[in-house]
Amino acid sequence: MTATPDAGPHDVARAHRPFPTGKLLLWALVVVVAADFATAVARNPNFGWPVIGAYLFDATVLRGLSVSLSLTVVAMTLGIALGLLLAIARLSQDRLARGLSGLFIWFFRGTPLLVQLIFWYNLSTLFPELTLAIPFGPVLAHYDTNTVITPITAAIVGLALNEAAYMAEIIRGGLLSVDRGQAETAEAFGMTRLYALRRIILPQAMRAIVPPTGNQLISMIKATSLVSVIAMADLLYSVQSIYNRTFEIVPMLLVAVIWYLFVTSLLNVGQAYIERYYARGERKIAQAAS
Amino acid sequence: MSEVAAPLVRIRGVHKSFGDVEVLKGIHLDVAPGEVVVVLGPSGSGKSTLLRCVNHLETIDRGAIWVDGEQIGYTLRGERLVRLPHRAIAAQRRKIGMVFQQFNLYPHMTALENVIEAPVGVHGESRTAALENARRLLDRVGLADKAGNYPRQLSGGQQQRVAIARALAIRPKLMLFDEPTSALDPELVGEVLATMRDLAGQGLTMIVVTHEIGFAREAADRAVFMDGGVVVEQGAPEDVLGTPRHPRLRSFLARFI
Ligand SMILES: Nc1ncnc2c1ncn2[C@@H]1O[C@H](COP(=O)(O)OP(=O)(O)OP(=O)(O)O)[C@@H](O)[C@H]1O
Ligand SMILES: [Mg+2]
Repeated sequence: MTATPDAGPHDVARAHRPFPTGKLLLWALVVVVAADFATAVARNPNFGWPVIGAYLFDATVLRGLSVSLSLTVVAMTLGIALGLLLAIARLSQDRLARGLSGLFIWFFRGTPLLVQLIFWYNLSTLFPELTLAIPFGPVLAHYDTNTVITPITAAIVGLALNEAAYMAEIIRGGLLSVDRGQAETAEAFGMTRLYALRRIILPQAMRAIVPPTGNQLISMIKATSLVSVIAMADLLYSVQSIYNRTFEIVPMLLVAVIWYLFVTSLLNVGQAYIERYYARGERKIAQAAS
Repeated sequence: MSEVAAPLVRIRGVHKSFGDVEVLKGIHLDVAPGEVVVVLGPSGSGKSTLLRCVNHLETIDRGAIWVDGEQIGYTLRGERLVRLPHRAIAAQRRKIGMVFQQFNLYPHMTALENVIEAPVGVHGESRTAALENARRLLDRVGLADKAGNYPRQLSGGQQQRVAIARALAIRPKLMLFDEPTSALDPELVGEVLATMRDLAGQGLTMIVVTHEIGFAREAADRAVFMDGGVVVEQGAPEDVLGTPRHPRLRSFLARFI
């Protein structure tokens, strides 16, 4: 042992920790209350645990779950991609790009998602036909709105455009959080703007972008339950269709709650990994050089 | 200094204003290949601005700058002078290395990744060749054992030496240093200056903005004193620093004794 002769009994290496009486008491209290609550819930016949068990992996429920998840993945991916473009436009020197992006964000953040979904679903009442044409020129493409806008396209377009508006602001905030000197250095090294964005700026912005995006993703999973208004059979819609038959309202809602919580928990774990990846330059202690 | 060699950098009649404030008021300066020019001057005299004009981080209002025979930022189409597109300016910058006062290493990359980023991503070097060159350069600045460290895990002096290696990795024709030691604790200044002195001795063309009079005396071929947006006095360092003629240069130097 390397001695510190001067410190003697004051050497902090010999220090004892005080016994954490208060902390242990609090722990005991929390455990007792939690156990009590858990048994009360488990014994309560009104929760209908056998019903929950029977329907948790029911085909209709699982189909609803997969609709909710696929909608989330597709709408979120489109929302992030469009949000990135909007954020870049919002930060550009070009007034037209800034203005258009600002207008988009203003509109889609400023109106309720439910209204937007219904609007997309009923697009055919406003525009019975969709025509792509050069003004006063030839028609390039022509569609009947009702064949283009099905419940699923209405759901995807509605969720994605709404998401893009929120993601644009999250990404813009992330880009602004990166030290201005980084963009300047990239410029001085002859990087093109796109390359600098991809390799230098975005990876640093991700630290600020990931946590609120996790929030958005979780909101999105729950927001997909809104699409039941346009006749999409998502998770919530499926359990509703079952309890409309069986009248087991609470147990069926609990089935949905269990699945929502399960998916959210998986996302939390994923988010923690992603955050650790983007914080790699923040580690205090270097790993052995390879 | 040979008079016959065409200058690598030609700065002619450069004016630059920020709003109503004219920061550069007609700068003339030539830098020969292999020459080390130290730019001195009081705070606010426009030294950083001049350096940033050379690689077009700032646009100039009047005059012209050439590096390696190409006018920076513009080209003549017949009689008409036109602004180059962003991509062409980026290509011009690839011959010029820059070292910043605040180091500006990429914090999400290790020292080694910092050094190979531009060679691989911008200059199209193969990863293997870039890695080999990067290790050699890190060794040259005395940081071979820190290749795997992130910038936050390095001292200021070490970060600045990585930044120098990063700039050298693009095999620049010209190196620009903007007060590379000003953000460092006094005991770390020496290691960075030693690295720069080493480069100066190897024939690299350098423009160095610094307050390190000792470095100017020992390593520079020429000292340039700027004040109020113009070059007030220039010449061999021993003359400019030893027998200053202009009163403003004299009072500037008095602070360093
Ligand atoms: N982007 C800018 N906008 C407005 N004014 C600026 C800008 N950059 C520099 N200036 C002004 O230009 C003048 C010259 O600045 P510059 O940074 O070139 O000086 P310097 O000689 O490098 O000084 P220092 O030794 O303090 O670094 C200063 O008055 C500064 O305030
Ligand atoms: Mg400066």
